[in-house]
Amino acid sequence: MASASAAPPQVASRRSSSFGDKVFALVCQAAGIFVLILLGALIIELFIAGLPAFRAFGIAFVTSTDWDPVQELFGAGVSIYGTIVTAILAIILAVPLAFGVAFFLTELAPPWMRRPVGTAIELLAAVPSIIYGMWGFFVIAPAFAQHLQPWIIDNIGELPLIGFLFQGPPFGTGLFTAAFILAIMVLPFIAATMRDVFEQVPPVYKESAYGLGATTWEVMKGVVIPYTRISVVGGIMLGLGRALGETMAVTFVIGNANRITSSLFGPGNTIASLIALEFGESEIGSLKLASLLALGFILFVLSFAVLATSRYLLRSRLKV
Amino acid sequence: MSLALSSISHPGPRKDAAMAARLGASRKRADRIIRTLCLAATVLGLVLLASILITLFYRGFEAMSLRVFTHVTAPPGSEGGLLNAIVGSLIQSLIGTAIGTPIGMLVGTYLAEYAKNSWLGNAVRFVSDILLSAPSILIGLFVYQILVLPFGGFSGWAGIAALAIIVIPIVVRTTEDMLQLIPNTLREAVVGLGAPKWKMIILICWRAALAGIITGVLLAVARVAGETAPLLFTSLGNNAWSTDLSKPMSSLPVTIYSFAGSPFEDWIALAWAGALLITLGVLALNILARTLLRSRI
Amino acid sequence: MKRRSLLLGASAALTLPAFGAAAQTAQITGAGATFPNPIYQKWAEAARGPTGIQVNYQSVGSGAGINQIRNRTVDFGATDAPLRAEQLTEGNLLQFPTVMGSLVAIVNIPGIAEDQLRLTGPMLADIYLGKITRWNDPQIVALNPGLSLPNLAIAPAYRADGSGTTFVWVSYLSAVSQEWKDRVGVGTSVRFPAGTGARGNEGVAGTVRNVRGAIGYVENAYAITNKLVTTQIRNNAGNFVKPEHKTFMAAASAANWNVPGFAANVIDTPGADSWPIVAPTFILLPTNPTDATRSANVRRFFDWAFVNGSKLAEELEYIPLPTSVHDAVRAAWRQSFSA
Repeated sequence: MASASAAPPQVASRRSSSFGDKVFALVCQAAGIFVLILLGALIIELFIAGLPAFRAFGIAFVTSTDWDPVQELFGAGVSIYGTIVTAILAIILAVPLAFGVAFFLTELAPPWMRRPVGTAIELLAAVPSIIYGMWGFFVIAPAFAQHLQPWIIDNIGELPLIGFLFQGPPFGTGLFTAAFILAIMVLPFIAATMRDVFEQVPPVYKESAYGLGATTWEVMKGVVIPYTRISVVGGIMLGLGRALGETMAVTFVIGNANRITSSLFGPGNTIASLIALEFGESEIGSLKLASLLALGFILFVLSFAVLATSRYLLRSRLKV
Repeated sequence: MSLALSSISHPGPRKDAAMAARLGASRKRADRIIRTLCLAATVLGLVLLASILITLFYRGFEAMSLRVFTHVTAPPGSEGGLLNAIVGSLIQSLIGTAIGTPIGMLVGTYLAEYAKNSWLGNAVRFVSDILLSAPSILIGLFVYQILVLPFGGFSGWAGIAALAIIVIPIVVRTTEDMLQLIPNTLREAVVGLGAPKWKMIILICWRAALAGIITGVLLAVARVAGETAPLLFTSLGNNAWSTDLSKPMSSLPVTIYSFAGSPFEDWIALAWAGALLITLGVLALNILARTLLRSRI
Repeated sequence: MKRRSLLLGASAALTLPAFGAAAQTAQITGAGATFPNPIYQKWAEAARGPTGIQVNYQSVGSGAGINQIRNRTVDFGATDAPLRAEQLTEGNLLQFPTVMGSLVAIVNIPGIAEDQLRLTGPMLADIYLGKITRWNDPQIVALNPGLSLPNLAIAPAYRADGSGTTFVWVSYLSAVSQEWKDRVGVGTSVRFPAGTGARGNEGVAGTVRNVRGAIGYVENAYAITNKLVTTQIRNNAGNFVKPEHKTFMAAASAANWNVPGFAANVIDTPGADSWPIVAPTFILLPTNPTDATRSANVRRFFDWAFVNGSKLAEELEYIPLPTSVHDAVRAAWRQSFSA
């Protein structure tokens, strides 16, 4: 990945004055510019389409917790809250798991095991989103509703300070379930990044620590993690970006309630799930449709910020 | 690099050396606990994958029969299958990939061969990376705005366009990565023989990177074949047999999505059969892609 | 290998429907409501032979259906929420009903069997408003002296996706509860003050199955095929009625259809035996069609369904319209399309 230098294009450009070269270079460049235009058009289209909503509600659209199709009052607050809460909770659940997987695959597993196990974990990323939704609704939600949540509600829901996070009826669906499913979905992305950067730590560093008598965990803690910290955060941000925009899996388990509940077991909404669930019942030219598209624009801004950060952190380390 | 070195070589080992004798046992214990937790995390990941597959086989197998492949979707209570959805998915995924791949290859080539460090190249690389992880539902909304609304309705073409936009950044990434793996000596040798650069790229670089690019294309097909969100607002779905790309077109994920929420047992069973099919197909493509490219990117 | 032979078989079979469809039949397209989608598909399948009309119906949701017929991108639109008379005039649309459906409440309370629990409309509204929160609430206990109701939290479940089912359910809650009408109102998706949403009938039923103390609403067809625990509901006449064919038909015949756009109110109709939550679903047909033949075929198709489709509708647990309504619709067709 880091092998190339700037040499060959210069060598080539000195010799090539042929017509074919110019055409080919131009075609390649045009394709590149096309991609730029594509993303630009995407942003502009969503913004313009959402403009009526921004006009009608002003900047309060972003913070308002109203979403009342009957009164035609729309605000993004609830779904932004749900999007961020589920995504961050998913990351909190996924990061330790991903770290465990990456640590296991790079340091602990016997070599013959690394490839098949690594592939299996990466296949988690290949399972289509809608399958996670069905599995989440038909397998995870009942298990949560009947076993995990009643237990947590009885035992932790009564505690002071954090108890309010775990109260209410055990629906099995809701913010927590959505975050759990999202965690599994982003796990392979974070684990793969961690594994890639862990493998890039020059062996000589690790060996010198081992030479001092450090255990595997101490080498990880003292050498590998500090060395790869920035890239690891980049990988986590990449996972966060994915979790923010995930749609189908979330629509099955989020509960689609247009209100903020303090309990993590309560129902909520994410921007993507609200768009998917409400789009068919929105008339062209209606304020509701404009509001959904405005939500799309907000989601794009959110993911753009997170993904750009991720990319910045990853590129600065990976392309030495 | 040297900065990183100085910051890491001290803290851990120095502290450890001092306390090694006294804390030897507890350090070993901590190590063992962490190792066990890491193993547990990996096992949990595998168990979750297994749980998904078992659920799919368990519920999808009941409804799986030849009928699924020979009949189109039908009203509840009638003999129905998923033929239109399967064919619709194949058509849209394949044409979408066929459109997205050349564009992606050209962009990847531009990034690797022409614009390694130019600002335009960096901008394109950045935007392509953003597109790679952008929420697919937004791509659906975008295509809805530019193709569905102005051209009077949902269509197979709109679905294809949405999928092609998803394919492009995947192919860009693999193409660029693969071209970068090609040693410069090879390029120099070819150019030294007097070949123009474009011939060098097409005949030598693309050929050398072929396996990697095919991997990327397979992964792209697998990714778009399972996409639901971008198709909801573009190709919509169609209950009848249709290969007319200007009309709404059925697809497996959208059919699964609507059947899974329906009140009818036979539709729900078909949704599971479809879910099993699509997952097996997508996972098979992924495994194929990985074996094709033994050395991981 | 096996997989390949399956695919080959499939490709051989798929040529048949393709040619069959293109050759002789007249195509019409429609789009809209999800609630009647199964019966429209069923009618379309059954009518193809006798009428030579192939109906391609897309259940995109009522909102999108209205969009499409306003833009004339389909031959007919379908909606669960009837348009108002002035909306119809403005869009040059004729609205007529095709079939009715009924909703039932389903519950998951330990020890309570099908149709045992008695509820009233205002109670249902209070439950969905979050005002009645436990199953042993004195109001519920008072109505159900024979049942032992547990001290269990009520967990209301509703449709997460915008749907005609929700439209009918909240129409009912609005009809029986002023507070619901003021605070929440009526629409294909509303802001539910309490409970959780789940996607589709299957989602609501699944949530009710999973959660002890849950209550939900689904289409009657779904409750029957999945043997869900339904309840009795007190109707407008003050009687507790069970969800069954007899009470549905009673509701249908009690409605007044002589209103603009046939937008009859079948919710909470009077009559000793009427089931209170029944609603018709509607077709929107342009009165100035761009293609007169296709418009005529739409009418021919639904005329066929009126004559022959009632049995199919009942098989899928829909409620056919009274024949007097069929006649009234035909009269409206003649009036709009004769000149």
